[in-house]
Amino acid sequence: MKMDNKKFSPIIGLEVHVELATKSKMFCGCPAQHFGKMPNTQTCPVCLGLPGALPVPNKKAIEWTIMLALALDCHINLESHFDRKSYFYPDLPKGYQITQYERPFGYEGEVRIRNYELSKTKTILDTARMTKTIRIRRVHLEEDTGKLQHQDRETLIDFNRSGVPLVEIVTEPDFRSIEEVDQYLKKLQRIIRYIGISNADMEKGSMRLEPSISMREMRGMREMGDLPNYRVELKNINSFKFVRKALEYEIKRQTEALRNGETLKQETRGYDSIKNLTFPQRGKEEAHDYRYFPEPDIPPIRMSNEQLAIIQSMIPELPDQKCERFQKDYGLSYYQANILTEEEETADTYEEIVKEIWKMVENKKSGLDEIIVANLMINKKFDWRKETAQEVVQRILTSRRTIAVDEKELEKIVQKVLAENSKAVADYKGGKIGVLGFLIGNIRKIFPNIRPEKIEEVIVKYVQKM
Amino acid sequence: MGIEELNKKLNAFITLGEMARLRWGFGEVKVAVKDNFCTKGMLTTAASKILSNFIPPYDATVVEKVKKAGQIIIGKTNMDAFAHGSSTETSDYGVVKNPWDLTRVAGGSSGGSAAAVAAGMCDWALGSETAGSIRGPAAWCGVVGLKPTYGRVSRYGLIAMCSSTDCPGPIADSVEKVRRAYEIIKGVDPKDATTQEGKERQEGIGGRGGIKGLKIGLPKEYFMDSAQKRVNETVLEAARVLEKLGATLIEVKTMEPKYAIAVYTVIQRSEVSSNLARMDGVRFGLNREAFNEENMRRIMLGTHTLQSGYYDAYYKKAQHARTLIIKDFEKLFSRVDLLLSPTMPSVAPKIGVTSGQAMYGEMADVLSEASSLAGLPAISVPCGFVENLPVGMQLIGPKWNEELILKIAQEFEEKTDWHERKPNIAISG
Repeated sequence: MKMDNKKFSPIIGLEVHVELATKSKMFCGCPAQHFGKMPNTQTCPVCLGLPGALPVPNKKAIEWTIMLALALDCHINLESHFDRKSYFYPDLPKGYQITQYERPFGYEGEVRIRNYELSKTKTILDTARMTKTIRIRRVHLEEDTGKLQHQDRETLIDFNRSGVPLVEIVTEPDFRSIEEVDQYLKKLQRIIRYIGISNADMEKGSMRLEPSISMREMRGMREMGDLPNYRVELKNINSFKFVRKALEYEIKRQTEALRNGETLKQETRGYDSIKNLTFPQRGKEEAHDYRYFPEPDIPPIRMSNEQLAIIQSMIPELPDQKCERFQKDYGLSYYQANILTEEEETADTYEEIVKEIWKMVENKKSGLDEIIVANLMINKKFDWRKETAQEVVQRILTSRRTIAVDEKELEKIVQKVLAENSKAVADYKGGKIGVLGFLIGNIRKIFPNIRPEKIEEVIVKYVQKM
Repeated sequence: MGIEELNKKLNAFITLGEMARLRWGFGEVKVAVKDNFCTKGMLTTAASKILSNFIPPYDATVVEKVKKAGQIIIGKTNMDAFAHGSSTETSDYGVVKNPWDLTRVAGGSSGGSAAAVAAGMCDWALGSETAGSIRGPAAWCGVVGLKPTYGRVSRYGLIAMCSSTDCPGPIADSVEKVRRAYEIIKGVDPKDATTQEGKERQEGIGGRGGIKGLKIGLPKEYFMDSAQKRVNETVLEAARVLEKLGATLIEVKTMEPKYAIAVYTVIQRSEVSSNLARMDGVRFGLNREAFNEENMRRIMLGTHTLQSGYYDAYYKKAQHARTLIIKDFEKLFSRVDLLLSPTMPSVAPKIGVTSGQAMYGEMADVLSEASSLAGLPAISVPCGFVENLPVGMQLIGPKWNEELILKIAQEFEEKTDWHERKPNIAISG
């Protein structure tokens, strides 16, 4: 029987490692900043694993890990400890890694992303409200290994990176598309940068990604059966672009294999960014016995609820909260608020400017100034890093156009545009949602300061009558 | 006999520094350091071939403290390789001979340190104990050895054997010297997360301070039927000295020490197998092929007991049993101030007599293992002779109560003269 027409859908889980930007390493006082430093110049008996050396945990690293766990809505283990994970590899000087196995600092959390699956069938208005929950299985703290450098027939080891604190964030296999993976990674990166615990830079290696992917058969929209009994772990992916490409390749490879009747096995594959393919590395370490046992050199870590509350208070307003608040407080659209809150610095600048305006103008919260400033910043109409808030405000006030949004005016124009674009309207009614953007675009040329959502509202209203 | 000549006979030192040969200056304190403590710039082998070329770039914290106190380190003493033994017969550098009888072992694993003290080669010596490795050789060499509470003295720089029981401690020929050495090396160390402040308990069971009214428990399980003839009696006679001074001797019942052997063996081997994983020959030393048979035996067993599928039945269960041992001692110390028993169930055996008996070390240390697992402080003092060989008596105190056992040991020493006897072979000039 031919298997060609069997449909498969991806099931993806993500394991992300983030290098914490602490001053010192995880278990010794060596500097943690190792990027670009001369090899083996930032080491000591502890991170070199010399006989007699002992690990002493970095308090800040623990606090930051718990901060992140809280920001990801995790439960926190008030009593936690470190474990030894044993295996042999030249970049692991002690022959074991100090990590967390039994009781991670954080567990059972979640991250909400926008659900692209549903967004395909809904209008822009609805997609803003459509979210999917990605479950976080655990957030724990561990030490990094040294770095191997292969040249000719030699391998060199640089221990500068050995002992740098790493936070590991593991999700359940909840992803069903590459878009969701992309969304999650961008959001995770944003949260980490907001909290200020790491640059989370994939190119510099301070954010590393290991997706696990398997394919499950679909009949129509329904997923068949339990989770597949294998998964392929991908390594050596160091940019958002390569995440996409590697996953795309894997989806194709696994689908073809399954269609050919092959049984796929548990394995680890590396990604080759030049050839754009994945290749087998070693059997997935599920079978490997790491002989975990509690680290005897480090007493258990016990935290009180008071201490936890203090750490909680250290967390700044997170991107999601800020985005919501911007929409509420400044009447911005989700689209505008989302861009402005991409980086904390941008968001702070925006608020500074708006507050300046409110101070200077009698009628606070005109509903217009806030939007003007937002659009100016989004469209990069000025370098807000170079100008002060006051200077920006002056600019706005002098070039401010009083545009009274005349509802009737808008409706007249909408009707006119719709009448002139009957084909577009027909396409839209036939299911081509994308046409909406074109129609909105036309109208915004006339009313540049009106929120797209408002325009869409009016368009939809009239299209339904046509 | 000069120190080098003496060392040729005893093999107590692996490395003798320059300072060893100099004449004793007035007020200078000469210290011998067990070769599992890292000494900056000085060969540190842990008596293993693997580290035969290892020159540490740093000092262990206790070594730093000794140097800061102005004392002089004269050399590194011989031991069982990686401390895997109770006799120094597993040293890759030859066995240490007992100064009282060169055909017998000095004990282990701190055999070199105890022999050096007994033969007068130094003022005091640094040893380490995982279970019996200070007390045992001190008893067999007729000197005083203190194993402090776990966490009282920093392990930073001590080549790890069993991370959860290892204790650095001093060996000397009098309680006073041991006390002075202890004061120098003890203390919380920011480089060792397992060190603690630890306060002595103020209210004794037998009333405050002093030996009068002190309640001393004699655990009958520690006076074993299988002990060598006259060893138990010798220790009981010594106990009566304390009774005459005003203490009350009370027979107590404790958990069978033999159970501690199983618990200790599993935990120790497991941690050993993990701690030795770093000896891969990449950054220092020789590679794994240089491990000796006893090392390999322990690594293999320890790897097995940590394996998934066996971890729960062995390591985890042993740790649970350990809690019972700890509780047993807590119960005892709610009734008595300290415990008294023989340190070892025999005097020093002849060299070679135990070869082929893989568990020999654990059997010999049976009277130390439980208190080591519980992290308790203990001291061994010479208390007599059997067949002209030294017998040691140990005092075990509640956690953090080094002061108490040092004080009682001192009172005993002042009333006896066992510590004044020296072996015929000794340093001269």
